[in-house]
Amino acid sequence: MAGGFSERRIVATAKVQDLTFAVLGVIVLFFAMAMLATLVADLLIDGLGRINAQFLTDFPSRRPEEAGILSAWVGTSLVMFVTALLAIPLGIGAGLYLEEYAAKNWLSDLIEINVSNLAGVPSIIYGLLALGFFVYGLGLGQTVLVGGMVLALLILPIVVVATREAVRAVPSGLRESAYGLGCNRWQVVWSYVLPSARPGILTGAIVGLSRAIGETAPIITIGALTFIAFLPPSPIQAAPPFLNFDWLNSPFTVMPIQMFNWTSRPQAGFHVNAAATGVLLLGMTLIMNGFAIYLRYHLRKGQRS
Amino acid sequence: MTDSSRASTLLRDSSGDPTMTQASTTETPAAIRADVRDLKFWYGKFQALNGVTMPIHDRKVTAIIGPSGCGKSTLLRCFNRIHDLYPGVRYEGQINLAPENINLVEKGIDPILVRLLVGMVFQKPNPFPKSIYENVAAGLYVRGIRNKTEVEGRVEEALRQAALWNEVKDRLTKPAFELSGGQQQRLCIARALAPKPKLLLLDEPTSALDPIATAKIEELMDSLVKDVTILIVTHNLAQAARISKFTAFMHMGNLVEFGETEQLFTNPTVTQTQDYVTGRFG
Repeated sequence: MAGGFSERRIVATAKVQDLTFAVLGVIVLFFAMAMLATLVADLLIDGLGRINAQFLTDFPSRRPEEAGILSAWVGTSLVMFVTALLAIPLGIGAGLYLEEYAAKNWLSDLIEINVSNLAGVPSIIYGLLALGFFVYGLGLGQTVLVGGMVLALLILPIVVVATREAVRAVPSGLRESAYGLGCNRWQVVWSYVLPSARPGILTGAIVGLSRAIGETAPIITIGALTFIAFLPPSPIQAAPPFLNFDWLNSPFTVMPIQMFNWTSRPQAGFHVNAAATGVLLLGMTLIMNGFAIYLRYHLRKGQRS
Repeated sequence: MTDSSRASTLLRDSSGDPTMTQASTTETPAAIRADVRDLKFWYGKFQALNGVTMPIHDRKVTAIIGPSGCGKSTLLRCFNRIHDLYPGVRYEGQINLAPENINLVEKGIDPILVRLLVGMVFQKPNPFPKSIYENVAAGLYVRGIRNKTEVEGRVEEALRQAALWNEVKDRLTKPAFELSGGQQQRLCIARALAPKPKLLLLDEPTSALDPIATAKIEELMDSLVKDVTILIVTHNLAQAARISKFTAFMHMGNLVEFGETEQLFTNPTVTQTQDYVTGRFG
C-alpha cells in the first residue's frame, strides 16, 4: 500500500502546517492583546479612582485635586456634534453620487484614488489647512465651528469610502428589480439602495467619529485653548427663537488637549487627572464602537444575509 | 357617475388600449402585442444580437429557447431596457409595442417609460427587504397610485392573479423573506402584475426553484395569459413545450427559427432547431 502511505503523509504534513500557522497566529494575537491590555490597565489603575462627580463638573484649575474636565467634555461633545452634522451627510452624499450617479470613467477613477489617499493624509496637515483657510482666510477664529469643520474634513474620506463600499455591496438583483419596476434613480437610491446599505454606512460613520474624538493634532494646530474656565453659551434659551448658535463661535478645548496639557505638567496629581481623562475618552470611544456593532446587528435583522 | 362620463371613460379606455376592448377578446390570432424588427444589440464592441425579427402575440406565452450564451436573456432584457443600467451598450432596430407603437429601444424613449409599460421577473427571486404588502404595492407607489383603497384592491388582485393570496392574506405585513423560494418568486410576479403591464417578461423564472414550485408557476402562467402577454426565457425545453404557444429558438445571437411551439418541437424547418430540440447539441 505505497499509495496509501504517501497520501497519509500528505495529510500529516497538512496537519503540521495548519498547526504551525495556528500557533503563530495565537502568539501574535497574544502580544497585540497584551500590549493593549497593559495600556488600558495602566490607565485604569492610574485614573479610575480619580473619576467622580467633581472631576466631571469642575473647570481646570492650578491645583490638580480641584481640576476637572467640564469644559473639555462639553467641548468634545459640541465639536463631535458639529463634525457628525457636517461629515455624515456630506460623506454619504458624495459616496452615493460617486457610486450611483457619476459616470464611470478616468475622472471618477481619479477621484476614487484621491479620496482613498485623503484617508491616509496625516491629521496635522488638515490642521494646517484649517489654520490657513478657516481661521485666517475666512477669519472664523479658533471656535467650536472650526474644530468641528476640521475634524469633519478629516473623517470625510472615511465616510465616503464606507458609503461607497456599502452601496457597492447591495446585490445587483435588488437594483435591477427596482429599476425594472419603473423606479427612477432617486427612487432606487432612496427606497432600496440606501436602506440596504445603511448598516455599512452607519458603521463607517461611527468609526470615523470615534477616530475624530481622539484627534489632538489638528485641534492644537488651529490653536484651540488649553485652559478654558467657562462653557460655551447654551444652545437652548428661554426666549424665542429658543435656539442659540453663539456656541459655534465660542473658544473651546477638547478632552485629548486637556489630557496632553496635563501630562506636560510636573505635578504627579495632574498625571492622574490625565489618566482619568484617558479612561473617559477610551470609554466614549468604546461606547461609540459598541453602538456601531449594535446598529449593524439590529439593522441587518430585516435583511437577507 | 353620469352616463356621459361613463361613456367618456369607456372611450378613453378603448382608445388607450384597443386590444383590450370587447371586440378583440374574441379570438383574433393576428393581434400583435409587440413587433421586433431587425433588433441588434452590442455590449461594447461585442455584438450579442444580429438582427432579430419576430412578433410577440397578444395574450399568448412566447418562449425563447437556446443554448447558454445564445442571446436569449439579452433579447429579453432589451424589452425593458435593463441593459441601460450598465455602460457601453447600444441598440439598433425596433421593438414596437402596441397599441401606441412605441419603439422601446429608440434612444429618445426614456428607459423609465419603457419599464413603466413592461414588467419583468428575474431568474432569482428578489423581493425587496420589505413586507409582502409593500413589495406588491411598490410598483403602484412608483406610478403615483397612493389611494389606500385602490392600492389595497390592486395588491389583492395581483396576489390572487399570482395564486399567492390564500397563502399570504393573513400575513401581509410580514417580511417577504419569510416566504419560501417559490412563494417569493410568485410574489415577484405579483409585484410585476400589480401595475398591469402591457407585457410581462420572465427570465428563467423557475430555474432556482424545485419541481413543485415550478409546476405552480407554470400553472399560474396558464391562467395569467388570459389577461397578460408573456415573454419567457427558459433553458428547460420541456417547460417551453408545456407552457408556450409560440417559441423562438436562438443560437449565437441569431434567431434561428420562430413558430408555433407545436410545429417547432415536432416539425422544425431548420436542421439546427431539430438538433437542439432533440437534444443533439446544447
